[in-house]
Amino acid sequence: MTSTDFSIVLPEVLLAVYGMAALLFAVYTGKDKLSGLVTWLTAAVFVIVALWIGLGGQGSRVAFGGLFIDDAFSRFGKVGVLLAGAAVLVMSHDFLEKRGFAKFEYPILLLFSTIGMMVMVSAGDLMSLYLGLELMSLSLYVIASFRRDNVKSTEAGLKYFVLGSLSSGLLLYGSSLIYGFSGTTSFAGIISVVQGNVPLGVLFGLIFVMTGLAFKVSAVPFHMWTPDVYEGAPTPTTAFFATAPKLAAMGLFARVLFDAFGGVPGDWQQVLAVIAVASMFWGAFAGIGQTNIKRLMAYSSITHMGFALMGLAAANAEGVQSAMVYMAIYVAMNIGAFAFIMTMERDGKPVTDLSALNLYWRVSPTKALAVLVLFFSLAGVPPMLGFFAKFSVLMAAWNAGLTWLAIFGVIASVIAAFYYLRVVYYMYFGSEVEPLDNTKSPVAVLLLMVSALIMLVGIVNMFGVDGMAAIAADALVK
Amino acid sequence: MDNVLSFVTFLPTVAALLLALFLRGDDEVAQKNAKVVALFATVITFVISLFILFGFDPEDTGFQMVEEADWIMGLKYKMGVDGISVLFVMLTTALMPLAVWSAWDVKVRVKEYMIAFLLLETLMLGVFTALDLVLFYLFFEAGLIPMFLIIGIWGGPNRIYAAFKFFLYTFLGSVLMLIAMIAMYVDAGTTDIVTLLGHEFSHETITVLGFHIVGGFQTLAFLAFFASFAVKMPMWPVHTWLPDAHVQAPTAGSVILAAILLKMGGYGFLRFSLPMFPYASDLLANFVLWLSVIAIVYASLVALVQEDMKKLIAYSSVAHMGYVTAGIFSFNQQGLDGAIFQMISHGFVSGALFLCVGVIYDRMHTRQIDAFGGLVKNMPAYALVFMFFTMANVGLPGTSGFVGEFLTIIGMFQANTWVALVAATGVIFSASYALWLYRRVVLGDLIKESLKTIKDMNAREKWIFAPLVAMTLILGVYPSLVTDLIGPSVSALIDNYHAALPMVADAATH
Repeated sequence: MTSTDFSIVLPEVLLAVYGMAALLFAVYTGKDKLSGLVTWLTAAVFVIVALWIGLGGQGSRVAFGGLFIDDAFSRFGKVGVLLAGAAVLVMSHDFLEKRGFAKFEYPILLLFSTIGMMVMVSAGDLMSLYLGLELMSLSLYVIASFRRDNVKSTEAGLKYFVLGSLSSGLLLYGSSLIYGFSGTTSFAGIISVVQGNVPLGVLFGLIFVMTGLAFKVSAVPFHMWTPDVYEGAPTPTTAFFATAPKLAAMGLFARVLFDAFGGVPGDWQQVLAVIAVASMFWGAFAGIGQTNIKRLMAYSSITHMGFALMGLAAANAEGVQSAMVYMAIYVAMNIGAFAFIMTMERDGKPVTDLSALNLYWRVSPTKALAVLVLFFSLAGVPPMLGFFAKFSVLMAAWNAGLTWLAIFGVIASVIAAFYYLRVVYYMYFGSEVEPLDNTKSPVAVLLLMVSALIMLVGIVNMFGVDGMAAIAADALVK
Repeated sequence: MDNVLSFVTFLPTVAALLLALFLRGDDEVAQKNAKVVALFATVITFVISLFILFGFDPEDTGFQMVEEADWIMGLKYKMGVDGISVLFVMLTTALMPLAVWSAWDVKVRVKEYMIAFLLLETLMLGVFTALDLVLFYLFFEAGLIPMFLIIGIWGGPNRIYAAFKFFLYTFLGSVLMLIAMIAMYVDAGTTDIVTLLGHEFSHETITVLGFHIVGGFQTLAFLAFFASFAVKMPMWPVHTWLPDAHVQAPTAGSVILAAILLKMGGYGFLRFSLPMFPYASDLLANFVLWLSVIAIVYASLVALVQEDMKKLIAYSSVAHMGYVTAGIFSFNQQGLDGAIFQMISHGFVSGALFLCVGVIYDRMHTRQIDAFGGLVKNMPAYALVFMFFTMANVGLPGTSGFVGEFLTIIGMFQANTWVALVAATGVIFSASYALWLYRRVVLGDLIKESLKTIKDMNAREKWIFAPLVAMTLILGVYPSLVTDLIGPSVSALIDNYHAALPMVADAATH
């Protein structure tokens, strides 16, 4: 353990120190009165660290004997996670304060889970993988049941905890198999052992690890927790679930597959392709019958994860690039969508029924227009950025010879288009109901607008995200 | 003016943005302003687009006024027009002001209505000028959004069903085309349409899931494009979205749908299917020809029994588009000239017919044929205009409808006599349904109590019809206006097409 090692993990260490200091400070002084301050401060710290990592880092460095990797790929993931975390934090505050549970622990728990995600995308070893994953998950279990007096919220937290533990167990079991048959836990060690012919034990281990990770990205058939947790958890928590952890888990997925099992893509490509198809179709079909917008977003995210996995299934640098572009765009869309869902209320009470959106455009034409843009983007209709996300993964899959996967993908996207259109239908052509409030929540509305604008303006040059994702992918796939 | 195409394409969007950002309120003044701005913007767009027409050199069969810039993900922003697309651009810019003007009496959400139409104009122009596959797809698909909203918000009682059907039907067709585009990109390494036009796609027989596919890549890509364009045209049997969409759409929406959106399918066949997949086109020509004549006969017969005027005209559109596809797939000068001519002519005639329905719908709020009769007593001017366009729809010599039908039938006759024979019966059917419609609505005694006080067209309505009447007549008596412009490009297309085929035949024997 040298000072170089610490200089590499400095962002994570500083964040952790900040988190603990903020916790102590808040406990000993103003407690919940400080929640606003802590929220904004944490968001500011997130943005600063994101800038620091994004602009400062270069090259590939390894710390602690391979436990922790700092390369373009991990930096891409970290910047995404931090920015998403900051956006969710600032837009949640109004919502939480109005319901009287704006506690100072909320931003701090979110911060710890973000640190976990940063470790995940940097993991270079099965140990650090697990460490990061659990740090993230444990914080998420708590914020899922953050409304502890609410039955649905606690149920969501418990469900997530039980199923999450199960998946962690599977992942651990897989890790132990891999360790047992390859003799090492480090990715660099595994990849040198696992070349050409895979020992059966490692293959089993790989499948178990993939199962655990598929659970975290909520890919079918490990998606069952998603709709319930999305629905039950407080909306800010759901917003967080839908964005940063998905990006981090997808990054970790890519990390494990390419860093540890990059030598045998044939052994995981088909598994990934099948999971991708199942996610796309299940998410598309099951979303049709939903009447709650949070459940709808859950199925929407399942479909989207299917598409992102399609990129990974291509098993090459182009595929990783497309998956990362996809995730970045997906996160940007979901932040906007959830910023809107947070402002959905009637007489000051949060509403999540789809039918409450009836003729929403009379309440607020601007917000309705932004939501329209976002939902068409989610559906993958050009000219919105969501189309380019789909286009890039389809390209990657086709280039890698996964023709059937690409064809299934576009068919699923037509089916899913139905429920995105339904939201537009309620807002614009619906029938008269008691309208929603025109909620004043400046930050959430601002993020909604920014997100919608990104979807439209982004088609000019994608803000360079595709270039950054290419660099990231090249760093991962050697 | 180097960027005249981009300028014309995006000018309506700029107007839409101005409306969206700076026009507040929903009172009468604001509504009036929205309409004036939209009308002004579309007229200006038309005037500037005249520069395209006059700057266009028909003898040059390549793309003109080309603009090119790099774009994301290795794609290009490239625009240009040739003899095949230039008239569609003109058709769009010419009809938009009329459509906007015809919506003068709309009272609900006027500003948004105008914004939707302005955006739609940009997207339609983009389809006809884009020279990059993905850019084309972007415009092609994005057009669904404003049309979805136009039908869904301002449409008739069953609008929601129609809007969803319209969107999902066309979306499903298009995503298959997207897959083919990706395959072409991978195969040729570029999405530049000009380069792709010169690229030879493989037609080696390949085996997919045990099926031998003659024509290989070309056949599969052709079918994928066909799925999209056939739905858009619409061809039998995937035409069922059109009557619903037409009946529910507001008048201006119907006009644009019939006059321009349907033409995207025909344009797609000419731009992509024929030149890029000549082998597959040749292989499947008879299939498409027979589908076309089935459409002509079947849609005409169905039109005969309709009770809703808009539905009748919608089915008549399906029949007329049958002539277009049959003309295109007869692969000769007359057939292709006729197909393009028919599309332009149908743009004016069907647009005018939907406006005719709109005129009496605005007064009586019904489109049922039974609800009318004897209109000529109170509405002589209307009766005259409606008569004129009925005749143009039937294809009376002297109107543009005749030229299109005649040329395409000549083309078909050279390709397949039986097809021409069956298609010619469509001429008779179209006369029967159109004249019968006219007789039931306009002629006879004015016995319905509700119609006793109906007023004739006002000045605005007359002025909307004036340019349409003029164009239908001019094109009818002097078709060279169109054929001279498109002729060289069409004959170059046919030459290339036939040049590609013997090579194919040679290659197959070796």
